[in-house]
Amino acid sequence: MNEFNPNILAFCCNWCSYAGADLAGVNRLQMPPNVNVVRVMCSASVKPEYIFKAVSQGIDGVLVLGCHIGDCHYLTGNHRTAKRIPLAARLLGKVGIDPRRVRLDWVSAAEGEKFQQVVTEFVEDVKKLGPNPMKEVRF
Amino acid sequence: MIRIGVFICHCGHNIASAVDVEKVVEFAKTLPGVVHAGHNLYSCSQEGLSSIKKSIEENELNRVVVAACTPRTHEPLFRRACEQAGINKYLFEFVNIREHCSWIHSKEPEAATEKAKKLVAMGVAKAALLEPQEEGESKVIPRAVVIGAGISGLAATASLLGQGIETHLIEKSDRMGGLLKDVAIIGPEGTDSKSLIEAFMSDIRTSPKAHVHLNSRIKELKGFIGNFEVTIGNEAEDLKVEAGAIIVATGACELRPEGEYGLCEHPQVITQLELEKMLSKSELTAKNFVIINCAGSRQPGREYCSRICCNASLKNSLRILDLDPDASVTILHRDVMSCGTAAEALYMNASDKGVRFVRYSLEQPPQVRAEGDGLFVEVFDETLDEKIDLDADMVVLATPLVSPDDSVETSKLLKVPRDKYGFFLEAHVKLRPVEFATDGVFVCGSARWPVSARECIWQGQAAAAKASIPISEGKVRIEAITAEVNPDKCVACGNCVLACPYDAIEITDRDGIRAAEVNEAQCKGCGTCVAACHNDAIQQKGFSSRQLGAMIDALVRATTEGTQ
Repeated sequence: MNEFNPNILAFCCNWCSYAGADLAGVNRLQMPPNVNVVRVMCSASVKPEYIFKAVSQGIDGVLVLGCHIGDCHYLTGNHRTAKRIPLAARLLGKVGIDPRRVRLDWVSAAEGEKFQQVVTEFVEDVKKLGPNPMKEVRF
Repeated sequence: MIRIGVFICHCGHNIASAVDVEKVVEFAKTLPGVVHAGHNLYSCSQEGLSSIKKSIEENELNRVVVAACTPRTHEPLFRRACEQAGINKYLFEFVNIREHCSWIHSKEPEAATEKAKKLVAMGVAKAALLEPQEEGESKVIPRAVVIGAGISGLAATASLLGQGIETHLIEKSDRMGGLLKDVAIIGPEGTDSKSLIEAFMSDIRTSPKAHVHLNSRIKELKGFIGNFEVTIGNEAEDLKVEAGAIIVATGACELRPEGEYGLCEHPQVITQLELEKMLSKSELTAKNFVIINCAGSRQPGREYCSRICCNASLKNSLRILDLDPDASVTILHRDVMSCGTAAEALYMNASDKGVRFVRYSLEQPPQVRAEGDGLFVEVFDETLDEKIDLDADMVVLATPLVSPDDSVETSKLLKVPRDKYGFFLEAHVKLRPVEFATDGVFVCGSARWPVSARECIWQGQAAAAKASIPISEGKVRIEAITAEVNPDKCVACGNCVLACPYDAIEITDRDGIRAAEVNEAQCKGCGTCVAACHNDAIQQKGFSSRQLGAMIDALVRATTEGTQ
């Protein structure tokens, strides 16, 4: 059997984490090719609904990356992210999806290495969790 | 009807060496709405842009997707090309397959190609739902802030003042002049640094529009291009200044590798800057000088060339010989980087005057030891292919310029990136030099890379010229990414009002219907309200839940149905 290759969605805020991902690229930091980045202006604009939608359709993991607390380009946007995303993960747990399929972290524009580290760790973690059970669900 | 054109960029080898561009093009042709897919060697080149424009006309495209580098640097360029071809620039979607794909998966070409296909599928799905937008405008405060009063900051400030722009110059120490305070003569031309600095400083002193803050630092930065609020603090008080643009000229400092080459152990081992101080007083306390170049640079952990030290060593060895023609000077080097005719002449002159050049290798660096009252430098001469022992009564270390410790703090306060050596990273070396990716914030001088005083002045003036563009125009366009409310869906619960960090939303009564309303001038386009809405009644332009949802669907589809 082929090795499980998770399909992961990442939301990166334009100002910090997307720029951090760019910096990782500029420095040619190698990482697993499982993470697909969607650019949003602020991590606080990531609706929990997006995470539910992705997970219910079989995406194996969702990464939400924002600016560090106190560094948000939009003053306090990420304070809301910090509350919203863990809540979304807990709700997934209530319906039988492992909440570790969702990870929230902070990556600044200067932290290319942190981006590489978070991506590498998360891909490893999701590999351990195995495929998203929702893939087997037929509606 | 939606007619999408997809353009995949090779970026020379940058993308094409990992991603099979032609396969991605073939895949893009199968995506819904795509009527044309092609590839360019360099999409951002004049040729690439005109081929995109031509294709827009020929194929009657009404949505454009470019898969290339990062929107943070190149989006404005492609948006402009779309506008020139008659398409609203908000009907353009950027897919990043370089920074986020080929560069980070360069050893896995197959996986990189598959990922590029998925990213393109997501971009195309979003593009199909893009809508044309109108941009608003915002006023620019006609004032600039320059951080750092070294030669770069002084040049930038004098240039801004020369254009009649009110400027606040912030310096952490008690004097202006930066590193050049301790250097009397600079450059291969032998420029007198005092008169150079004095010329800028007198411009600043005599201008009624200059405000110099010594012993001060930036404490806080809020806002965005045109409307920054900078908190400048010293020991006594904090001052808030509103400004339209900010220039970072925080410079660099000399590395002091304590303990290496006997520095701090023997008083006769000094750094280049300490030699400069000695030379500026015209007092020599030694006869036999050994200058060690690349002391602490071009080695593992600090691989870069500091660019100014070779010329400084050449210049200083000639100054030593001017002061004392009987002195002896030996320069231990790994390569002499004296670029340019003036510097090359300096090198020839030094050779003629009897300065000895000894080449050493990284593997066998010079060893400094004390014996009796004197010092000896043992070095393996690469040319002679044998070890030599040099008698020295003064050893000078030409150490590199390094980023000052407090640049971490500056980077955090201004939210601007640094490279792995701690120097600031501009938005793009070729396309946006001296600019940060954050609009309205600029960088110059040795804060971004070690440069000579002359280059510092050029860069300072370049940064000032760029900063003066929005200030003299008096307004900047606001990206159309603001939030908008659908009053039919809104139940006026007020969640968005509480969520907005800018108080830009209020509940209003429109013909008896109570609903949220966004004040466009105040909205900064973060989208926080969008995620707070329970009813999907508020949407951010260019990032609507339909558009992002379509991207998720496309990723799922590309994975389950395969990208073959």
